[in-house]
Amino acid sequence: MKSSKSVLEVTVEKIFLLSALISVVSVAFITVFIFLEGAPLFAKVNPFTFLFSSKWAPTADPAQYGILPFIMGSVWVTVGALILSVPIGLAVGIFMAEMAEGRFADILRSVVELLAGIPSVIYGLFGYIAISPLIRQLFNSPTGLGVLTASIVLAIMTLPTIINITEVSLRAVPHELKEGSLALGATHWMTIYRVMIPSARSGILAGIVLGMGRAIGETMAVLMVAGNAVTMPKGPLSLARTLTMNIATDMKYATGDHAVSLFTTGIVLFVFILGINMVVQYLMKKAVKEEM
Amino acid sequence: MAVENKINVNDLNLHYGDFQALYDINIGIKEKEVTALIGPSGCGKSTFLRTLNRMNDLIDIVKIDGDIHYDDKNIYSQWDVIELRKKVGMVFQKPNPFPMSIYDNIAYGPRTHGVKNKSILTDIVERSLEQASLWDEVKDRLHKPALGLSGGQQQRLCIARVLAVEPDVVLMDEPTSALDPISTSRIEDLIDELKKSYTIVIVTHNMQQAGRISDKTAFFLHGKIEEFGPTDEIFFNPASPKTEEYISGKFG
Repeated sequence: MKSSKSVLEVTVEKIFLLSALISVVSVAFITVFIFLEGAPLFAKVNPFTFLFSSKWAPTADPAQYGILPFIMGSVWVTVGALILSVPIGLAVGIFMAEMAEGRFADILRSVVELLAGIPSVIYGLFGYIAISPLIRQLFNSPTGLGVLTASIVLAIMTLPTIINITEVSLRAVPHELKEGSLALGATHWMTIYRVMIPSARSGILAGIVLGMGRAIGETMAVLMVAGNAVTMPKGPLSLARTLTMNIATDMKYATGDHAVSLFTTGIVLFVFILGINMVVQYLMKKAVKEEM
Repeated sequence: MAVENKINVNDLNLHYGDFQALYDINIGIKEKEVTALIGPSGCGKSTFLRTLNRMNDLIDIVKIDGDIHYDDKNIYSQWDVIELRKKVGMVFQKPNPFPMSIYDNIAYGPRTHGVKNKSILTDIVERSLEQASLWDEVKDRLHKPALGLSGGQQQRLCIARVLAVEPDVVLMDEPTSALDPISTSRIEDLIDELKKSYTIVIVTHNMQQAGRISDKTAFFLHGKIEEFGPTDEIFFNPASPKTEEYISGKFG
């Protein structure tokens, strides 16, 4: 009996190890693949020019590969999204962790979960049908598409991440700290603001950065509402193309160096996401340490 | 009689949902004395302590009947809860310094109550730390994180933090149960010093501690006060046989 149990134990362990290896190998393959496909462009195009030139004319002669407008497009829509979603997300997270009670809290929680589960193409449709006409009228912009519309759509999409992690981080603050503050005669809000939020700071920041990663990586929804112009975005009403949009749009017809340049765009995006993930991991580790 | 008692409790009954935790509690807590609450786990002594500064308000299912008067005013109807907690401070079982500097921990209460002037705050911080006999140990690192202090120092910091809001009564919920013997004896010395200026109510599991530091002792059993009186009498000449059994270590 002892040996049969240990055979089972060993098998289960091996299966789990294999699953773990599959995910590690997948990430490794994707990384290697993107770099193998994208890096050769740097033999023909100076990396500096690729990153900092604003001329994108891959089908012209001579072809020009400058992705700065797309980097800026990604930066614009992501920053715009965070400006809108961080205050709202924090407020909802605080409300759910500390104030909402009973049935209303349950309903709110399921709504936020649902928000996280809606496919991005639906967000795109919603932005196209509902938000862009509003922007068109309010700001008198010809199409109603562009940075602002994309930011609003992305803000809604990043909300669940920020809300959830804010709520979880606040709930993880030791109850003794909350009581200690209240027992000193602090009000509930003061306790939240001056003790609980500072204690949950790292976790909340991690949530924001995670939301940022989601915004940068989002493709379908922004493709439908950002306008997809290959020019440098100049303001909230400019049409824009993000890094993800560049890959998705041109992949349909690109050949030769043009196709290679899309993988190179992928490398840039990959590096962005890698950086963001490292920040998140650092903050999460810090948050866990602070909880102890 | 009512005048010299700091806190008067009349016919207090407390329920958690369907469970009754306290039965017909009647007790008077005298000014500038140390009152110890002893009894086996689950007897209601901590629940009772937390009722005195309305910390039980945080739990929705708690229902309280009866009167508690502090300074002859009903704590539920005549005291604002913020003002009450300012006057009736609390030290918890586990040291709970906020994750900020030593200085900011002490200044937290006064700042909360509107003190902004930096030199006044600095005075309060120094005075409170001195009162809690922690000043000499931390005066050179006031702006370092409070979580870097030892457990015993953290607990004295928490006492200093309570003193900084100039309370009248200090409630202590097993303040030394998480500490080593040396830290414990420092806190006990401190309590002895503090009772000159403050009324202290302390929950303790440690019978010797109750004997050493308290003037009066209340023995709680199954949610009732089995016996209440001067500590010497409770310990050496208890009226109830149950008190005697508990004190002599037959149960609990």
